[in-house]
Parts: sequence; structure tokens; C-alpha cells
Amino acid sequence: MEEKTYVDDIDRSVYDIKNEEKDGYRMKEGLTPEIVQQLSKEKKDPQWMQLFRLESLQIYNRMEVPDWGPSIEGLDMDHIATYVRPDTKMSTKWSEVPEEIKETFERLGIPQAERESLAGVGAQYDSELVYHNLKEEVAAQGVVYTDMESALTGEYADMVKKHFMKLVKPGDHKFAALHGAVWSGGSFVYVPPGVTVEIPLQSYFRLNAPGAGQFEHTLIIVDEGADLHFIEGCSAPKYNVANLHAGCVELYVKKNARLRYSTIENWSKNMYNLNTKRAVVEEGGKIEWVSGSFGSHVSYLYPMSILKGKGARAEFTGITFAGAGQNLDTGAKMVHSAPETTSYINTRSISKDGGVSTFRSSVVVGKEAKKSKAAVSCQSLMLDSHSRSDTIPAMDIRTKDADIGHEAKIGKISDEAVFYLMSRGLSEEEARAMIVRGFADNVSRELPLEYAVEMNNLIQLEMVGSIG
Amino acid sequence: MAEILLQTEGLKVSVEDKEILHGVDLQVKRGETHVLMGPNGAGKSTLGYALMGNPRYKVTDGSIFFEGKEITGESADKRAKAGMFLSFQNPLEVPGITLSSFIKSAMEQRQGSRIRLWDFKKELNKAMELLQMEESYGARDLNAGFSGGEKKKAEILQLLMLNPSLAILDETDSGLDVDAVRTVSRGVLEYQKEKKGGLIIITHNTRILESLPVDYTHILVDGKIVRTGDASLVEEINEKGFEEFLKA
Repeated sequence: MEEKTYVDDIDRSVYDIKNEEKDGYRMKEGLTPEIVQQLSKEKKDPQWMQLFRLESLQIYNRMEVPDWGPSIEGLDMDHIATYVRPDTKMSTKWSEVPEEIKETFERLGIPQAERESLAGVGAQYDSELVYHNLKEEVAAQGVVYTDMESALTGEYADMVKKHFMKLVKPGDHKFAALHGAVWSGGSFVYVPPGVTVEIPLQSYFRLNAPGAGQFEHTLIIVDEGADLHFIEGCSAPKYNVANLHAGCVELYVKKNARLRYSTIENWSKNMYNLNTKRAVVEEGGKIEWVSGSFGSHVSYLYPMSILKGKGARAEFTGITFAGAGQNLDTGAKMVHSAPETTSYINTRSISKDGGVSTFRSSVVVGKEAKKSKAAVSCQSLMLDSHSRSDTIPAMDIRTKDADIGHEAKIGKISDEAVFYLMSRGLSEEEARAMIVRGFADNVSRELPLEYAVEMNNLIQLEMVGSIG
Repeated sequence: MAEILLQTEGLKVSVEDKEILHGVDLQVKRGETHVLMGPNGAGKSTLGYALMGNPRYKVTDGSIFFEGKEITGESADKRAKAGMFLSFQNPLEVPGITLSSFIKSAMEQRQGSRIRLWDFKKELNKAMELLQMEESYGARDLNAGFSGGEKKKAEILQLLMLNPSLAILDETDSGLDVDAVRTVSRGVLEYQKEKKGGLIIITHNTRILESLPVDYTHILVDGKIVRTGDASLVEEINEKGFEEFLKA
């Protein structure tokens, strides 16, 4: 009883259950134009996409691996299968999803969450979506929520072509180029002008195959005055070989629209998470990022917001938890390129058992961004003396007429605070977990309840058993 | 039920290898209120911490018994679960955890089962009313940004909610204005009346004692109890201070 009073039972095994790989198709490992062409054929791409992939591959081959962050030497692209198609077609009914895959998502609570609190759900297993569904009443509002593949050829094909990798271009960095070459799966969302989607949409990404990569593409367009909350979740079982996630998220927030993009990332600790996320916000619009990073062996993750229209706003609220063997380099980037724009970065990072957590942020206020406001607040908590926490905030302010604030705090759990909580009857583990949960409160309070519970469970999972 | 709640025998306590308490014998029976007085640096708070099991305060010799069971080596949470409570002189701030959820968690830990939110709220509101605390306090982060007086009230609130059989109050009255002292004493009086547990009140101020019946007074000087008397000893100290004991 004692250890389970605060949160429901938690069990790492839920994330760790591996299904035997029963692929319909597994691409040869490595990267060559032939492999990319083959992939494109398998996916029945339109012509332009096939060319796009090949051009991206050329860019990929030209570009250098980034040398400014955590080492990714353990990642050998010659041994990553870029495309693993599960042996099923996409379905809009859970009952039609193969038993084994369905069970995986059942265990992760996805169908239940859909019934109880979501407007629509997409579930990706390895490289392809296996399930996609949108509640009828939301579809009736004109909201489009579909897998990327259908979007490429469907009613919104032109819109997709106009926006696909225009915000994150393949030339941005090596892994954006890789994504352009081998992307597969992901979701397309379009919310028409003035429509408020009352309850969130969610896509869940599960990578089951060992030694594989997941490269899903998420493209969301929230039209003028519309409002959406989108949640993405990710997990994978742990293997001894490296897995790679190089997804790409492109968010277009139009005039006076609002988009909240929440992520709970719990990749297994053999994952290289080299993900690129970007939003462009027009006049009076707002992007709100809520981000919890718990998994991965190495992460490079800095969602970027481009405030392009007057009065556009961006908020980034994030937490990163780096345990043994993890090197998580996370943060956010804000670009102010219009007057009276506001941005706020509020992050917490925790490191324990030798984990390395680096906060990296960049705020750029252009000379046209008069009367803009930007604030950065980052706090780090180290749970022991052999863990590491770094803070690398950068600011590039090109107008005098801006209000800029920054605060950073790095600390440890105080023994006196632990004793204080213990004197009320909490065990040492529980006392520490409570302090960490309190520290993470900025993020958990921003999440829908069931995700806040999941996040607290993850913290609990990381904390319990860490003492003595 | 054991008549003797707490007993220490020849208790010696060191902090960072410096011995602070040089052999303290103390016995507290159920329903008794003991006052521990003494000049600054005499070791009063050290005794409170050592009784509660703060790992920084090391017992180098002697024993502590609670309800007849030796607890000298037990961790603080075990002592709390057994029924001990320490009201801190400087309560710690825990951002992100609300006062009310913390109290609820602590209660659940002690009793080993869930408490219904409705029942909890009712009880909490009653106790907060007694302490003249706004209901909104419950939603504030534990001690974070609380004034000195608010922190002490929050400690007494925890005392009332956790309802221990022995409560040690370390300088609960220090830094409070007259009204706040009165409110806090009201809470302590309520505990004394309802629970009939044991109380050890550490203070060098006597205002908190004006409304509380006292059974024993101990004078602690240089890590030793140099004199034990009844409530009248408090008066004596009030008049003459600790001068006499310091010379001895």
C-alpha cells in the first residue's frame, strides 16, 4: 500500500512488451536512391513526392551530422530499416486492427482514451497508420483528420502539396533531409475557419520493429479563428540495437487561430530521437506547446515558433527527465518577426543516475518586431551528484523596443525538504517523488487529466527504486 | 495503551561530529504537556529533530522509546506513522504540491488507505476555520511564498489533520504577532482537548503558554536538562530569565 497511494499502479512492462515482427514489408537496411525509389513505389506516391524524396536524399548525403550536441555515433544508418509496413491495411474500426497490434494499443490505453476524451484518434504502428478515426460530429464541422498518405491524393492534395516541408525544408539539417527522403505515416489535420474543436485529437506512434526508423509527418493547418488541441504520444519497447525517430511536425496557425500541441514522449532508451517541430503563427494567432520528454537514448528536440503576424503569441512549456544512459538535449526556439509578438518559454529539466539533460533555447527578435515581449525561464533539478544539467540560452535581439526576460535556476533536492515530508509519514522514495512531481507541475497542470496522470506515473516509475 | 508515550534515556546527539546533547532523560505520558525552555543554542531544536529522526542529527548514545518500543534507529516516516509529529520552526517550501493535496497524501500514508475527497474537505475546512485560514490556502503550494505566520498556521493545520499521539512544537510561536499566537494556541488547545495526546512545546517565549495548561517545565542548558518543575517554573523564567542556570 505505502508506495501506491499517490498514483495508480504503474508498470514499465506496458511500454516494453515486444510483439514479434510480422511485417507485410520490411525495407532493406541502409539508404540508396534505389531504396528510396522502392519505398516511394511501395507507398504509391504521386510523382512530385517521388522526386521530392530523391532530392531530399541528395541533400542528406551532402550534409554533415551536427557536431554541437550529444553524440549520435551509435546510430549507423546502414543498419536502420527506414520502412517497416505492418501486415495490415489502415482501418477506421478498432475491431479490424490485427489482434496483436490492437492489444498493444489497448495496453497503452488508446482506444479507451478515444471513447472517453478524444475527438479523433490516429494510431501508427512502425511505418504506417493502422487506425484512424474522427468522431462524426467533428467531421460534420468540416474538420479533416486523416493519415498523410490519403491526404496526398485526397480532396486536400493541393493544400498538402503547398505546405508539405515548406516550413521545415529538407535543407534545414541532415535529419530533416532524411525525413524528406524516407518519411512515412503521420497525420494531416485541417480545421476550417472559425471552427472550435472542443475535445482533443490524438495521434499515437508506436515503433515495434527493432533496428528500424520511424519518420512520421504531421501537418496541421488551423485556419482563421479556429481552435484545436492536438496530442501526440509515442513509445517503443527496448531493444539492444539502435532505433531512430526522425519525425517532422509542421503547424500552420492562421490569423486569430489557436493551436495547442501536446506531446508525451516515452521512447525506449535505445532510441535516437532527432525530431523537428515547427509552427508559423499569423496575426493574432497563438501556438501553445506542451512537451514532456522522458524516453530516448539521445534526443535533439527544439520546437520552433515563428511569429509572423502582428500580435502573434507562442508559449512553450516543457519538461525533460534524463535517467541512466540518457543524453537529452531539448529546448525551444522563438522567432519574432512581427510587431507586438509575445513568446514565453517555461521549462523544467531533471537528471538522475548519470543522465545528462541540456536545455537549449534561442530567442530571436528581429528589428521589425517592435514592442515584442519574450521571456525564458528554465529550472533544472539534479537528483544526485553524478548527473548533469546544462543550460544554454541564446538571445539575439535586434530592436531596442522589446521587453526581454530570462531566468535560470539549477538545484538539488534538499535533504531538509525530504526530512520534512518524511516527518509527515511519507517514505523517502515517496518524499523525493513528491518533490519531483511538484517540480514538474508546470507541465502536468497544462495536460489533460489522464495525460497528467500518465506523466506522474512515468515520474514515479523513474523515481521508485532509485534509492539505496 | 501504554501510559508512557515517549521516553529518552541518556540521549546524546551530535551534528556534524559536534555533540550538542550530552545525555537527556525525558518522559512524557499520555495527556501531558511539557514545556522545554532554554537559552539560544542550548539544543532545544536538536532534541526535537533527534526525536523525530532527522538523519543529520545523529544519536551517539542512549535510546528513544515510543509507546514502549525502541525507535532510536527508525526513519522519520516510521516514527510519523507510529504517531509522532514535529511542527517545524522553519517549515520547508515544496513548490508544485498544494497544501491540501499534501495533507491528504500524508493522511493516506499514515492510515494506509484512500480517503474520500468529500470527507477530507469537510474535515479540512473545519480545521482551517478554527485557525482562521482562508479556504483558498488549501490550493496554494505547500509553504511556498507563505508568510511566517501562515507557515506556522499550516503546521498546526497539519497537526489537527494528522492527529498524532505525540506532538513536538518547535518555536511555533516565534515571529508571530499577538493575534496569530492566539489563533495558533487555539489550534494547539483543540488538539490537547480532542486527542489527549502528549505535547512537547519548545519555546523561549511564553505567550503561547498563556492559554495552555502545562504539566511540566524543563530547562535545557548546554545540552542537558538542568531543572524540571511544574507550570510555575515558566513564571520564574519569565521574571528572572536563564541567568541562574547559566552560572550553575
